[in-house]
Amino acid sequence: MITIVPVYPQLLSIYADRGNVIVLEQRARWREIDVAVHPIAVGDDLDAANADIILIGGGQDRDQALVADELRRQTPALRSAIADGAALLAVCGGFQLLGHRYRGHQGDEMIGTGLVDLETEAGDGRLIGNVLVEATVNGMRHDLVGFENHAGRTTLGSNVAPLGRVIAGGGNNGLDGLEGCLDGRVVGTYIHGPLLPKNPWLADQLLAWALDRHGVTTSLEPLDDRLAHLAAARAADLARR
Amino acid sequence: MFRLKTAVARAAGRLSRRAGRGGGTTVPGRTILRLAPDAIERLSSRLPEGVVLLSATNGKTTTTAMTTTILADRAVCTNAAGANLLTGIASALLATPAAATIGVLEVDEAALPEVVRRVAPRAILLGNLFRDQLDRYGELELLAGRWRAMLDDLAADTRIVVCADDPLLAGLVAGRAHVVWYGIDDASVGRSALDHAADSTSCPRCSTHLSYTAIYLGHLGAYRCPSCGFARPELDVAARSIDVTQADAVSFTVGRVDGANAVTLAVPGIYNVYNAIAAVALAGSIGSAPDVAAARLCTFAAAFGRYERIAIGDRTALLVLVKNPAGANEALRTVAPRLAGSPLLLALNDRIADGRDVSWIWDVDFEPYLTLASVVHCAGTRAADIALRARYAGVPAASIVVHDDLAAAFDAAVDAAGTDGNAVVLPTYTAMLDLRAIVAERGLVTPFWDTGR
Repeated sequence: MITIVPVYPQLLSIYADRGNVIVLEQRARWREIDVAVHPIAVGDDLDAANADIILIGGGQDRDQALVADELRRQTPALRSAIADGAALLAVCGGFQLLGHRYRGHQGDEMIGTGLVDLETEAGDGRLIGNVLVEATVNGMRHDLVGFENHAGRTTLGSNVAPLGRVIAGGGNNGLDGLEGCLDGRVVGTYIHGPLLPKNPWLADQLLAWALDRHGVTTSLEPLDDRLAHLAAARAADLARR
Repeated sequence: MFRLKTAVARAAGRLSRRAGRGGGTTVPGRTILRLAPDAIERLSSRLPEGVVLLSATNGKTTTTAMTTTILADRAVCTNAAGANLLTGIASALLATPAAATIGVLEVDEAALPEVVRRVAPRAILLGNLFRDQLDRYGELELLAGRWRAMLDDLAADTRIVVCADDPLLAGLVAGRAHVVWYGIDDASVGRSALDHAADSTSCPRCSTHLSYTAIYLGHLGAYRCPSCGFARPELDVAARSIDVTQADAVSFTVGRVDGANAVTLAVPGIYNVYNAIAAVALAGSIGSAPDVAAARLCTFAAAFGRYERIAIGDRTALLVLVKNPAGANEALRTVAPRLAGSPLLLALNDRIADGRDVSWIWDVDFEPYLTLASVVHCAGTRAADIALRARYAGVPAASIVVHDDLAAAFDAAVDAAGTDGNAVVLPTYTAMLDLRAIVAERGLVTPFWDTGR
């Protein structure tokens, strides 16, 4: 049984982050893998032993500060889940909260979880548009496509790998050509909201990690992903324009 | 001199239309604003009964059309074609009929503060704020903040007509003068669970999660904050005794008290009840009696592309604009009786007016509805994205057809409807304009720029 845990979905699903839950759940069901979704709400405690894929989405600025306080409270549970082999996907605002802090325009600071060595600063203007990234996970290269919309500029610590290199679009900060972070099974990205539908390889990677945590190491049965590839090709074209 | 400039701008519109560049609903406005930057101020001040402005994420065009239907005894200056940015407003004012006494103008949410500043409206209608095109409008809270500043600067005698069921709007308006609150007061049509996409469900005063006794649409409903007591204001104009069981119509009563003024609308759905009572409240704020308003609403016909029925030989295409999660959820709920066993066309574009970011389709609760359709045709600039969404909503791959060409997709859907059947067509904004252009070319509907009432 795989358990998917969206964290504070009521506050952190501004960009249709639910799409990622739908995709993980369906891809497990289509393969007849037992799957359950247990969202945690503000005030709940994360049960590290029963969280195989943890999803942290993006929220409105107003909600982000509220979430930061709550999420810091969960940091020990998040750490122990990760240490125990759980996978984590953090998107946009969630990606920023993986880091040490977010520094606003007025020098105000929002303290993050510090799960990954990275930090974010508010930039001038937002990076908005379709993105194409060449991602490398487990030594395999994949196209990663989607849409970004963020004011934060994120810098990775020197020992943290990016999720990939930007082919077209802004990425972490619009400067170093890097996108997201990859630290063990912790994946962060600025490709917001529903990134898994068009990037089924990443969805399957998360599922494979979750199964591995339960001792299942057989490779996943392939699915008919023609529509996903068609949609991804279109998004990649748009990003390149 | 100003007269000459207006003549030049009108001529530019005629030329644009003749050159086949569409309706010319923005060209005259763009021209006049270049020639005379204060044109909106000057043209609007000529209307003896002033101007009323309508804004909302969803329902602007329909509510504007309903308001002009209610004001049938007046000649009205309006932007029926939905061009609602500064250029569209200027174009509408330029095209003011000679006898017009009043302006009824829909305004884009982001453009509203600027338009309010320029026309000094007699009344403004604030209908709802939903998550919509984040790449263009930014976050909901940001837009709400701009509306708050606009309200702070509003002329003291301006009437504010506002949906009490939207907690975000109620938070902006509560405590101000000359407010007319409208909303739904009929728990029998309410739901107890929020849609996945519902936003603004926390108290605008203290951020506590609101509790609802009835949820009508998105985050609209009868709410109360369990912590600070902030609650839906008392309704001045309420819809009650709502019957949503009819496939192509909805009936209800509208007024301050129960049982007053029965209405049967020839368009279905809760969102049209909201549009209708908004129009009654707005018309009321400028002196229209509710009984007259209710009677005239019974003659209302759908605004273009908004539950518009297009006859194509022996079958019907039912065109319903969808552009954001809240609107799409409600559209699906409303078309469900027509969807069962019928072909569906989903047309998803990502042009500027649609929003470049199509992520929002994953916030729509497609799940219970798409599998009702006999086949799902997908078209538009992001056809594959919506096809993928349909696949994950449980539609078998064999029942999904991805088209490169919108006209071909439309024909395939209508063809699949069969004799006396209907095809349900859910397009985004520019896909809807494209579809209407396709059917207008075939002489099946009037072009959208001639839909003035």
